[in-house]
Amino acid sequence: MREFSADIVVVGAGPAGVAAGCAAAECGKRVVLLDENPTPGGQIWRQGRYPKPPPAARPWIERLRASGAEVHAGVAVVEASGPHELFARDREGTVRYRAGATVLATGARELFLPFPGWTLPGVLGAGGLQALAKAGWPVAGKRVVVAGSGPLLLAVAAYLLRSGARVVALVEQASRRALAAAAPAMVRHPAKLRQALALGWSLRRVAKMHSSWPLRAEGTEAVEALVVRTPAGERRLSCDLVACGFGLVPETMLASLLGAELVDSAVRVACDQETSVAGLYAAGELTGVGGVELALAEGLVAGNAAARNQAAARRLESARDKEATFASVLERVFTLRPELTALADADTVVCRCEDVSWAEVRDFADARDAKLKTRCGMGLCQGRVCGPALRLMNGWGPDRVRPPLFPIPTAALAEIGAAQSTQVQP
Amino acid sequence: MNDSPADYRITVNGDELRVSPGTSVAAAVALAGFAGFRRSVAGAPRGPLCGMGICFECRVELDGRAGVRSCMATCHDGMIVRTADA
Repeated sequence: MREFSADIVVVGAGPAGVAAGCAAAECGKRVVLLDENPTPGGQIWRQGRYPKPPPAARPWIERLRASGAEVHAGVAVVEASGPHELFARDREGTVRYRAGATVLATGARELFLPFPGWTLPGVLGAGGLQALAKAGWPVAGKRVVVAGSGPLLLAVAAYLLRSGARVVALVEQASRRALAAAAPAMVRHPAKLRQALALGWSLRRVAKMHSSWPLRAEGTEAVEALVVRTPAGERRLSCDLVACGFGLVPETMLASLLGAELVDSAVRVACDQETSVAGLYAAGELTGVGGVELALAEGLVAGNAAARNQAAARRLESARDKEATFASVLERVFTLRPELTALADADTVVCRCEDVSWAEVRDFADARDAKLKTRCGMGLCQGRVCGPALRLMNGWGPDRVRPPLFPIPTAALAEIGAAQSTQVQP
Repeated sequence: MNDSPADYRITVNGDELRVSPGTSVAAAVALAGFAGFRRSVAGAPRGPLCGMGICFECRVELDGRAGVRSCMATCHDGMIVRTADA
């Protein structure tokens, strides 16, 4: 097993991780950033086929390079004994990371809510389709319905238009009235207002449906149409692709494995971004979904705090808190209506890995029981897709997180187990 | 897509195509015209969902290795991809 030691290990190289890495390395600490993807930037700054970060990311990627922080790409953390010892897998095998402190910046993933037909090929996550398109997935000339909820839908629709797709409709479950309620907060955040206006302008020719949501996707081998519920009744939208997302959920699996406390599905952190576990910090979407500016602000605080530069961390807190107030406005505006968690029919698949239907799990009181009796959540995704949906649909609490966080060979699991049993915690 | 000498030649389910460097394997399967990537436990067609390596719906056989997440893999010259319906 290969080994690396660092003063600070940052898990996740999206905006929060990059900011934390910069801040800690600029304090003179030896910093290693780990990310499963081939290049830093995370989902929002995902580099396309041409390895060139988007303009907003460039100063940060440059700053990271200048800071001396090391980036280990293609590395997935699969197990951890605590904030001082993490185990990861890369192309060549297993790696042990020893750290003085760890900063988690694992981000968020999309929330998918099951509806009839959502398993058809061509029904993708909104962020998912964008990520795929950046890596060459053909969207030019395709008819795409963008549906669900949240600001990500606007960004994705605009990206798809720029890429030559025909955006058939933008279907948002929130009402126009709810969206208008964000206006005062927008005025207090001019950068956000400019961004929103620019998006609105680029989408001016796209049909927008508010207070509307998907009822079912139709097709046999692939999606052919999305039927949506609108205030004026049902509408059938013929399409080649559906880009569908209902917001983001914090990626807390590694945090939970490390024993960090959660509040409302997000990692609870103190003013300096430290979690309930000493020496373990968290920054970005996993502490509550709030967008790139908040993630950057939290990352800077976390990086300084982890490097024991408390004075700098404290100075950066007010910038972070300003971003956080805006995030809470967005959360209110895009609150999901209850109808969305009742879209599944009895035979709609909810667990895609194991093909478990809604009828099979709806009467269970918790995820654990349902897993043992139906295999729901037992597949390769380890409940990453069905878990958040079923928490909303069935009121289940989070299931216990167990290693490995990603499927790995049994031999690797044994290797990690043996290494862990002999280790001494600093 | 314009063919250029830098393009990779790859094979998807026996069909040859050219892709530019940096194209993901998932994108290559879509470019080759296949919508279904794998069959579910009950035999239903499935394709990518999350695009970021968490849902495992885009699994394909890559150079003889089964169960590779095609959204996380990048094309290389001479690559051979097979989906469940090959």
